[in-house]
Amino acid sequence: MTASTFEQVRDIASDIFSVPADKITAASSPETIENWDSMQHLNLVLAVEEKFGVQLDPEDIEKMKNIGAVAALVDKLQAAGR
Amino acid sequence: MSDLESNSSAGDRHPSNLRVEIDRLIGEGAFEAAARRLAELWRRDPASGTASFVTARIDQLGDKLSLTKFRVAILRSFTVEPMVPLLRAEAFAHGIDLAVHVGDFNTYVQDIIDASSSLYRFAPNAVILAVRADEAAPELWRDFADLTPEAAQAAAERVAGGYEQRISTFRKHSQAALIVHALERPPAPALGVLDDQSESGQSGLIHRINGELRRIASGFRGVYMLDYDALVARHGSKQWHDERKWLTARLPIAAPHLLDMAREWMRFIVPLSGRASKVLVVDLDNTLWGGVIGEDGMAGIQVGAEYPGAAYQALQRALLDLSRKGILLAVCSKNNQDDAMEALEKHPGMLTRAKHFAALRINWTDKAQNLREIAQELNVGLDSLAFLDDNPFEREQVRASLPEVSVIDLPKNPLQYAETVRNFAGFERLTLSSEDRQRTELYAAQKERSTAEQTFQSKEDFFRFLEQEAELEPVTGLTLARVAQLTQKTNQFNLTTRRYSEAQIAELAKQARWHIFSIRVRDRFGDHGLVGVAMAHDEGEQCEIDTFLLSCRVIGRTVETALLAHLAESAAQRGRKRLVGWFLPTKKNAPARDFYEQHGFARQKTTDQGSLWTLDLNESRLRSPEWIKLKVLAEVK
Repeated sequence: MTASTFEQVRDIASDIFSVPADKITAASSPETIENWDSMQHLNLVLAVEEKFGVQLDPEDIEKMKNIGAVAALVDKLQAAGR
Repeated sequence: MSDLESNSSAGDRHPSNLRVEIDRLIGEGAFEAAARRLAELWRRDPASGTASFVTARIDQLGDKLSLTKFRVAILRSFTVEPMVPLLRAEAFAHGIDLAVHVGDFNTYVQDIIDASSSLYRFAPNAVILAVRADEAAPELWRDFADLTPEAAQAAAERVAGGYEQRISTFRKHSQAALIVHALERPPAPALGVLDDQSESGQSGLIHRINGELRRIASGFRGVYMLDYDALVARHGSKQWHDERKWLTARLPIAAPHLLDMAREWMRFIVPLSGRASKVLVVDLDNTLWGGVIGEDGMAGIQVGAEYPGAAYQALQRALLDLSRKGILLAVCSKNNQDDAMEALEKHPGMLTRAKHFAALRINWTDKAQNLREIAQELNVGLDSLAFLDDNPFEREQVRASLPEVSVIDLPKNPLQYAETVRNFAGFERLTLSSEDRQRTELYAAQKERSTAEQTFQSKEDFFRFLEQEAELEPVTGLTLARVAQLTQKTNQFNLTTRRYSEAQIAELAKQARWHIFSIRVRDRFGDHGLVGVAMAHDEGEQCEIDTFLLSCRVIGRTVETALLAHLAESAAQRGRKRLVGWFLPTKKNAPARDFYEQHGFARQKTTDQGSLWTLDLNESRLRSPEWIKLKVLAEVK
């Protein structure tokens, strides 16, 4: 994942989970972020799609296990032009 | 203009710095400043993540801001949760603190039938019935090709009948406004193009159901249709729909369009909550026409049927449509008055003329001062003004010095001006009274009255000269919409500022102890229309005034005395001994503060809510002024 994608994903996650951005790392996941339930997961997916102009497949969404994985996925989709 | 833009302090503010600043301001207790920054953040970055940030801060700020409270319940057949923060953030930008209740999936029938359901316990001001066609009319949506024409017909009737029953049940339990999503037509009918060759194809029948729904809705007070297909069409059906989210999360709308759905709901919520704008103040150069009149001259400015002038004509057409809905237009422009007036009066391409504007401020004074004067001249609060200007510097100045004014952000491209104005939720109206349609003429007559007033020696001479006629009438089906509208919109001469929906007033009017009057006023200059409302109820020996209000344009002409005198006389005739009424102060209703005292009422008590006043009807000398010709239509109970 690129640094700039990570920072943007981190800022979105900070808004959605109500967690300060500096407390979020690539390893932050539903286990470490209290508000990360299934509804907030959907909100994260939608906010990422909106921000980066990508569309996530259901298979992609399952792979979003932590913030680093989300950023890596965005990079992959943007490279593939999706 | 680019140098002005870079001067604007907001230009340097990055959204993430704004977030830090907002939290700092909240921490310091500077709530109003925090709210302004929060609105700015939302304007600059209206995305899902921002919406979560904004709503979390609104919850912190809570009652510390003077926002209009409004409660909306969404009954739905699909996932709406991701739209809720977007909706609340949009509402906040319109000055509304919106509480949202979301019903369970597809329990809307039970929720409506059960008088003790969570829907009614939530006590909503408005309910959105967001049900998709595949749920509301499954027979017509799936396996349609299996149905005989008769069976399909019967299914369509069943669907419409079901809606009628649910709406009528809803009305028995709640007076809240109801916004019903019309059914969407299938994007790919089962029979392809063959479907469109008959009236009773899939599309034809859904279309017919929607026609029925419109008819049914118009038979109820406060039930409104939302044309979901038209909304989708504006954005493109293929872009709007997200099949993956629909199949995995029951969310049919693609991420970039969730905000569009929320904004469509706002077009109902803003007028329902009384936050609609009453006046649109427009700039001239590069807003109403292209170019600068003082430099380019009559021959140089762009406005006409051809591009690029056509963009400005399109905006002018949108403005004229607003004035037909009762929204007043005004001009605020930095210009030489003669140059600007010549273009307004004589340019062949102009559709809006000087006569269409209720107030004109063409000078070199700063715009905030001009806006204050316009509000004063038109007798409206600053929060009733919307401001349209192509210059970001002027917009920022107005935002900074007059935060109450709704400032509309014009896009850079003039081709988008008209659409921006038409989409502004503050200009939506859900009902239209005859007063709304004639408002511009009413204000023109008002100008003549003010001129006349200055030439008289005494107030009484002026009142006699006016030849006022007032007609008092119990509320009827014909006046209900206007009466409700006045309770929702009147802020200044309003003793209790209690807001009522049409349905609530209709309900009260049915009760024998309630007496609801409207007053209509005419004078030698013209008809003011229906301008005042009084609502009172008998309680034992006394009659209590629940609501007493008058539109600003007739205040101080003694019409208020005539209306109060009638309340007193009719209460005495019904055998009441006292007439009592509260004055509940707000930020705006100072003009009504001394009203009871001036009319011989005695102060009975004072609480932190306000003061209670009482008039002994046996000793009262309250009479309608002799210079008003009064016509009273009797109540039929």
